[in-house]
Amino acid sequence: MSNKLLEINNLRTSFRIGDKYYAAVDDVSLTVNKNEVLGIVGESGSGKSALAFSIMGLHTKARVEGNIFYKDQDIANIAPAKLNKLRGDDIAMIFQDPLTALNPLMKIGDQIAETLILHKPEMSQKQRKDRVIELINLVRIPRAEYVYEQFPHELSGGMRQRIVIAIAIANQPDLLIADEPTTALDVTIQAQVLDLIRELKDDLNSGVILITHDLGVVAEMADRVAVMYAGQIVEIADVHTLFENPLHPYTRSLLNSVPAEGQDKLHVIQGVVPSLQKLPRNGCRFAARIPWVDESAHEENPELHEVEPGHFVRCTCYSHFYFPDESKEAQVHGNS
Amino acid sequence: MAILEVEDLKVYFPIKAGILNRTVDHVKAVDGVSFSIEQGKTYGLVGESGSGKTTTGRAVIGLESIYSGKVSFNGTDITNFGRENSALRKDVQMIFQDPYSSLNPRKRVLDIISEPLRNFEKLSKTEEKKRVQELLEIVGLSPESILKYPHEFSGGQRQRIGIARAIALKPKLIIADEPVSALDVSVQAQVLNFMQDIQKELNLTYLFISHDLGIVKHMCDDIAIMYKGRYVEQGTITDIFNNPQHIYTKRLVSAIPDINPRNREKQYRIRQEVQREYANSFNDYFDSEGLAYGLQPVSDTHLVALPERG
Repeated sequence: MSNKLLEINNLRTSFRIGDKYYAAVDDVSLTVNKNEVLGIVGESGSGKSALAFSIMGLHTKARVEGNIFYKDQDIANIAPAKLNKLRGDDIAMIFQDPLTALNPLMKIGDQIAETLILHKPEMSQKQRKDRVIELINLVRIPRAEYVYEQFPHELSGGMRQRIVIAIAIANQPDLLIADEPTTALDVTIQAQVLDLIRELKDDLNSGVILITHDLGVVAEMADRVAVMYAGQIVEIADVHTLFENPLHPYTRSLLNSVPAEGQDKLHVIQGVVPSLQKLPRNGCRFAARIPWVDESAHEENPELHEVEPGHFVRCTCYSHFYFPDESKEAQVHGNS
Repeated sequence: MAILEVEDLKVYFPIKAGILNRTVDHVKAVDGVSFSIEQGKTYGLVGESGSGKTTTGRAVIGLESIYSGKVSFNGTDITNFGRENSALRKDVQMIFQDPYSSLNPRKRVLDIISEPLRNFEKLSKTEEKKRVQELLEIVGLSPESILKYPHEFSGGQRQRIGIARAIALKPKLIIADEPVSALDVSVQAQVLNFMQDIQKELNLTYLFISHDLGIVKHMCDDIAIMYKGRYVEQGTITDIFNNPQHIYTKRLVSAIPDINPRNREKQYRIRQEVQREYANSFNDYFDSEGLAYGLQPVSDTHLVALPERG
């Protein structure tokens, strides 16, 4: 399929703790198509940011195994010089914290121009400045000429995040990775930034990986959603299927723990996300959080099963899962 | 009778300049806020960063000095009450936003939770230990953890230690300043459920400060929306969410992401519409300084900041 932009096969990113390597991203495979937003949801420690950093090749000390094909080029095993050509040009990233992503000692205009100097050296100084002003306007910051001369500390959080976006889209990337782009922002600014990302995606026809812990943001933005838990994808489906027919116990628990209309008691997921070293490497990783489900429900080596076209669920426990406050008979849904 | 009454509260921070360091102006962090909370209710204070919601909470408990206005608790004036009024301090406690910086990393859980007890109640060492263990059990932590240090706990557990400390003296009013914004959704659920449980058990009153409208809707009875130190709208949950009157409230409500992906297009359109209305009618809703007007009643429970009609 020529529509495919990014294909990740069996990616494993491991960090060294003591003298052993522990996988934070464990056997992740996924694809991103053109003009598609792939949402990646998970709690802290689920490996979603580690995945993003692996795609961008930003882990310097981690061991990255597997393949990441960007338009038939394996960027997981590529010479750094070649990767540098792609990064910031074809593939760009919007970072979570706009305060640390920007250089406090550099003018806004110069920071945006940096990526142009690197990837479009043929541009004249005048052209470059025009383009930067155009970009500042594009992310809807008023008085672009004035902001060009300002420093990051003079801007509000929302404005800074928009500058980070301006840098990311400076070279019209085909693939945009947004790592919690709105977590640090107020709701009204969040809505503006999300609308902006969506419009840019439509204009540039690019693929977007949107990493977030906020299910509302995913419901608003994503075309397809991958749910991550403890380094693995536990469920992946298009956004409507995921919200209307979630199957994996983790997805269902997560959806139930968000305040919703007419909900009296929020669902609490028992226990905690295990740390990297203590993570069980065999069996269903979510089993410990749903102890009331019979052990035989889990697979020995849980795999992703395609339950309907495009809808994958890891482990067989989903068909036996029920919430403790439901009766066991209520679990008819699942294998149907 | 209302347990907490706040009348025309103003908190101004001085701006100092010049070699004499004279006060040249004030930042009006809270500029004339009035509300009252009935016992056992949860009152939500909502606003974006910089709106003055946290400052209001801190002023009520006495962590910020009040420029003018009056705060009464159970009928007693507690405006700028000092240390001598310590009996009142017992009844008002605070849960802080960040469970990482609000617990002393060098103290054991036992010392953290027993600090309020040591200040107000004369207990023997064994009594004290017993009380702390009871409190830990209430917040769902194992009583053996009294000798542990904060870093040995997860974020949700730390926040529960903070709650245990807040309820140690059986307070009547708790000011919860963004108690779950630093936590993951599943842990958030745990803390919110727990706060509701102890509210019923101890007949607690909450002043719940948050920027997350979804959570406020879930937790509160009445809410107020703040903008630049002033109220723009106040009412019950139904008033605010089903019948928002002020353009700022409308904008805030329309910005909440909808959990149903089918409403996406609709939400986007509504947002664009409200954004246009906000841009066009800004001057109808805010005065020449961009501040909200005084509150006008719309119904018995519902107040909106609108210019007085001639």
